Amino acid sequence: MGKVLVFAEQTNGKLKRSSIELLQAAAKSGNTVVAVTFGSHAGDVTAAIGHNGASEVHVVKDASLDSYNPESYTANMVAIVNKVQPSIILSSASSTGKDLFPRVAARLNTGVASDCTQLTINGDNVTAVKPMYSGKAFATVNFENSPIKIVLMRANQLPVEAADTSKTANVVENTNSATDLKTLIKEIVKGASEKLDLTEANIIVSGGRGLKEAANFKVLNDLADVLGATVGATRAVVDAGWVGHGMQVGQTGKTVAPSLYIAVGISGAIQHLAGMGSSKVIVAINSDANAPIFQKATYGIVGDALEIVPKLTEEFKKALHH
Amino acid sequence: MKIFVCIKQVPDTETKIKISPDQTGIDTAGIKWVMNPYDEYAVEEANKLRDANPGSQVWVLSAGPKARVVESLRTALAMGADEAIVINGEGLDNFSTAKALAEVIKAEGGMKIIFTGKLAIDDNASSVSQMMAEFLNIPHTTVVSKFAFNGENVTVERDVEGGAKEVVQMMTPAVVGANKGLNMPRYASLPGIMKAKKKVIKEIEFASLNIPATDIKVKYSGMTLPAEKPAVKMLSGDSSAQAAELVKLLRDEAKVL
Ligand SMILES: Cc1cc2nc3c(=O)[nH]c(=O)nc-3n(C[C@H](O)[C@H](O)[C@H](O)COP(=O)(O)OP(=O)(O)OC[C@H]3O[C@@H](n4cnc5c(N)ncnc54)[C@H](O)[C@@H]3O)c2cc1C
Ligand SMILES: Cc1cc2nc3c(=O)[nH]c(=O)nc-3n(C[C@H](O)[C@H](O)[C@H](O)COP(=O)(O)OP(=O)(O)OC[C@H]3O[C@@H](n4cnc5c(N)ncnc54)[C@H](O)[C@@H]3O)c2cc1C
Repeated sequence: MGKVLVFAEQTNGKLKRSSIELLQAAAKSGNTVVAVTFGSHAGDVTAAIGHNGASEVHVVKDASLDSYNPESYTANMVAIVNKVQPSIILSSASSTGKDLFPRVAARLNTGVASDCTQLTINGDNVTAVKPMYSGKAFATVNFENSPIKIVLMRANQLPVEAADTSKTANVVENTNSATDLKTLIKEIVKGASEKLDLTEANIIVSGGRGLKEAANFKVLNDLADVLGATVGATRAVVDAGWVGHGMQVGQTGKTVAPSLYIAVGISGAIQHLAGMGSSKVIVAINSDANAPIFQKATYGIVGDALEIVPKLTEEFKKALHH
Repeated sequence: MKIFVCIKQVPDTETKIKISPDQTGIDTAGIKWVMNPYDEYAVEEANKLRDANPGSQVWVLSAGPKARVVESLRTALAMGADEAIVINGEGLDNFSTAKALAEVIKAEGGMKIIFTGKLAIDDNASSVSQMMAEFLNIPHTTVVSKFAFNGENVTVERDVEGGAKEVVQMMTPAVVGANKGLNMPRYASLPGIMKAKKKVIKEIEFASLNIPATDIKVKYSGMTLPAEKPAVKMLSGDSSAQAAELVKLLRDEAKVL
């Protein structure tokens, strides 16, 4: 058995669910689990990291690492990898993970499998499965010539069990190893939404042109509030300016993988399916019984979105408050 | 200044995917190939930058089987790129591709800004720009929806989770991975297409780059099509009945609540 290094991400001192998935999967593999986390909030998540299966956690508590900088994160990640000597590295395929680890892999002369949806760890060996061609095929990724195997997993693909609060991790403090940066993060412009990002959301309520006008997105927001969901949209409504392009799901938008995707007034064009086709359960609400979205859906409702969605919101309220 | 753009040729989203018999890739017969959609934004931004900086040139590069990837290079030339290079070879991964692109760019010299797409819609890996930047030992930013160059530094906006944006400044040379929203790619003009047809595309054999076979780090196997979905269950009754039934199904049958 070897060591698995997990990149633990946090938002304002709270460990992300996607990182918990990875810690637990690593722990279940029987390998020694070591975590790494950066920034002034690093200390806030070390307990949770221990509860979820790591026996050691490396922190770099430097405030300059509060926001992601490819160069400083690469330098620090590589320094810790060299210290820990893992055979496997796991990260979420988050915007940070996807940006950071290809660079880390190049520096370490090793391979990276990005955007995976299945993970099998067997001793030092890893195989991962990833969707290709916009979810129209799935491939097993095999590592070759890779002293360290780096796998980036989509969120919500692995089970999460209750944390074991009796377990703790040994905390190792590291100093910032980044020097001579050519990249400067000048400003972070906060997003409009406090909700989970589409790529992390477990439930997504998404709207298309069938909603008729921008103001009608309110019915989706109401439904999303009751479900604790994130709101998405098609390119057609993004291009029409009804919502911001950070909400676009699809080939030129975000690839999402929630447990539940509710598609409201969406025709189901191939470019939209490319982004949401691998959702576990798909509900389609459309006034046209022949809309292509129904071919992808688990459950279908033919009808007027503006009539059905508020009724759904009421029903969910009743069901979820019991 | 020299502006480079890396473009990948990918199957059109609408193309039907069939798996090759050995399951390591796809059956390429009958596939419609196009320029990776994000690379269109990269080509457009490079053209705009060139137009704003007289004396500059846009160089487009693509790695892959020459016979077909030159098509995407011709498209880029027709959109206004000045020069094109094809790196001819078969069956490489993201690591060796990034290495090859970096080697060729280094050999051409004088690079200032290198544009790529944020990801290629076939492998969906988004790794080539970052790896290439590392091999060139220069900074990079991906998922860029706004770009400015002041003659020395570039300032970009990077889209991150939750609709947030990071404003990033990089010293040049630098690699910029384009996202949707960066610009509106121009169409190839008829004179552009005519001119592109006559252009000589520089050919480099991958084998001549001295990249060791150990630079192939990942290989695909067991490629399969997604499992057939069971037929959709259509709900009936008036809207209240449908809503109630859906909630029940999601809770008791699909168990997603
Ligand atoms: C290169 C390229 C990239 C693209 N990338 C993306 C992408 O990333 N994401 C994306 O989404 N699209 C993308 N598209 C666009 C895509 O092809 C479709 O045009 C788009 O998805 C359609 O959006 P829509 O379903 O909202 O609108 P429409 O296709 O207009 O569908 C509206 C639907 O609403 C239904 N409807 C109407 N009234 C009601 C009502 N009262 N109640 C319920 N239903 C109603 C209609 O029956 C119809 O099915 C891309 C296209 C191209 C060419
Ligand atoms: C000699 C050689 C032979 C190859 N043979 C084949 C082949 O037979 N079949 C095949 O499908 N692929 C072939 N490739 C391409 C290679 O498999 C892929 O490009 C590589 O796996 C990266 O894909 P990605 O999806 O990870 O890119 P991503 O990292 O998702 O792409 C991000 C961006 O990187 C740039 N980029 C990615 N790939 C290339 C490229 N090839 N050329 C220029 N820019 C690129 C683009 O700007 C793209 O938007 C070959 C490459 C080389 C160097």
